[in-house]
Amino acid sequence: MLKINNLHAKIDGKEILKGLTLEVPAGQVHAIMGPNGAGKSTLSYVLTGRTGYDVTGGSASLNGEDLLGLDASERATRGLFLSFQYPLEIAGVPALTFIRSALNAQRKARGEDEIKAPDFLKLARTQAAALKIDFDMLKRPLNVGFSGGEKKRMEIFQAAMLSPRFLILDETDSGLDIDALKIVSEGVNAMRSPERSMLVITHYQRLLDYIKPDRVHVLAGGRIVQSGGPELALELEREGYDKYARAA
Amino acid sequence: MSLSSALETGEVSRLPGRRDEDWRWTDLRGLLKALPPRSAGLPPEELEAGAFDALGDDIRILAGGAETQAVVVDEDVETTVVLRFLSRAATSLQASVTLHVGAGAKLTVYETYEGDGSAYVTNADLRFEIAVGASVERVVLASDGEEGILVSQAGVKLGAGSAFSQTIATTGARRQRLETTVEHPGAGAEVRLDGLYLLAGKRHADLTTTVRHLGVDGSTSQLTKGVVRDQSRGVFQGRIVVEPGADRTEARMGHHALVLSDRAEVDARPELLIHADDVQCAHGNTIGALDEEAIFYMEQRGLSEVMARALLIGAFVSEVADRLRAPGGRDVVQDWIAEHMEVAS
Repeated sequence: MLKINNLHAKIDGKEILKGLTLEVPAGQVHAIMGPNGAGKSTLSYVLTGRTGYDVTGGSASLNGEDLLGLDASERATRGLFLSFQYPLEIAGVPALTFIRSALNAQRKARGEDEIKAPDFLKLARTQAAALKIDFDMLKRPLNVGFSGGEKKRMEIFQAAMLSPRFLILDETDSGLDIDALKIVSEGVNAMRSPERSMLVITHYQRLLDYIKPDRVHVLAGGRIVQSGGPELALELEREGYDKYARAA
Repeated sequence: MSLSSALETGEVSRLPGRRDEDWRWTDLRGLLKALPPRSAGLPPEELEAGAFDALGDDIRILAGGAETQAVVVDEDVETTVVLRFLSRAATSLQASVTLHVGAGAKLTVYETYEGDGSAYVTNADLRFEIAVGASVERVVLASDGEEGILVSQAGVKLGAGSAFSQTIATTGARRQRLETTVEHPGAGAEVRLDGLYLLAGKRHADLTTTVRHLGVDGSTSQLTKGVVRDQSRGVFQGRIVVEPGADRTEARMGHHALVLSDRAEVDARPELLIHADDVQCAHGNTIGALDEEAIFYMEQRGLSEVMARALLIGAFVSEVADRLRAPGGRDVVQDWIAEHMEVAS
């Protein structure tokens, strides 16, 4: 599914990713943990094609297709979805209008027909109910005036509507209380399937109690410095990142 | 100093220019070395259909030389008037219209400025006399040619309990001023003054308003938005004066502009001059670029960059049309915006 090999990337001339190698096979959920400043958010932006990041070496591919030569919307169309740590507010554009535009843009780019309005609404109602999102909220401008938890739920709602093949969750637990964390995690878990993989980026182990990863990787100093099973997350929770920060 | 006195006398020295404080961003004196001859009018066979023709009970064409017209709306009558100011190449047009709106009457005015591609000079003076309890909705679409020069000045006098609502949308001209001056009696009268400029190329548009609150219990709500790209220039001058004793005045002024190129410019001067104690007044003024982070967010969902920008700009400008109450007029304005969004996106 996702293959990253010896990836190097800079922002403003400063090297943040320094030879990152990672592979997430189809159907698996991998977690990336690491101290602040390790390059976790940079990784998610470099993978999704945000401008301003200079890839100076290495490769990244999704299902064998090179990602780095595509622009952000092309990568989205190939099935890459990033749940933002800080979702943006889109003034004046109702959430449903936005999501339908995005879904149809993706379908069009893939040579598929646009989704019919009744089918779209039915799908939206089902997914909103599962995430306990009030349907009226979807008629309001996307994320404008939403609480932190509502924005995160809206990210997962968008993921559920767009049905990506690869999901990156960037600090999805930040700003969530325990109830919201449960709802969001259930939403994510409902999307787990043999055809879909996920990369869960988090600073804390807490989220991994709800979204159980197949593998855990430690990102420090711009590369993966250790990988292991779910027990690695518990060890990090106990011992902190100190030894990795020193190693980096 | 005014364009109308220059046109009347033929003296360019009477044109307003940079040294006139209120015209410093809309210099006519430095631009015009001579005034073109008066237009002989438009042969009827050359008249094309207007955007608002289907909505009007009374359609007035102002196209030739010096035109003076009067619109009289009797008490308690409801009617719709279309005013079409037609500018033609290498000519000048000096048009004035007085509109008397009787007590309790309801007037919708659809006003268009239609110019061809070459140089012309048009001056329009409008006088609205709005009696007690009457209401006027004025919708202006200015579609000038890129070489055109237009000054349109409307003076509005309001009676107690009356309402004046205005929406001006423009794509600018070589130089263009759309000015509204309101004498607000307070007394439960309500004023809404909205504007939208969508500018590209080297176009210029100046939306200037002055509202003087003269008595207690008046309200004014103002929202102007602009999108400028290329080397275009938008000017917003909004002045609200609350005179001594005009207590319990409520006034809100907003001006927000998107600047889409380094060489485009927006000059804004919002002014609230408050000489009364018990008032609620607020103004907000923002000038900025599209939020690149928001564009990346939208692209990450699969929208192309072009679509993302168009969606953001569309959402930005739509608020102005949404405030328009005459439904037929709102549709025409929304279509006009959609048609001109390509210059803005």
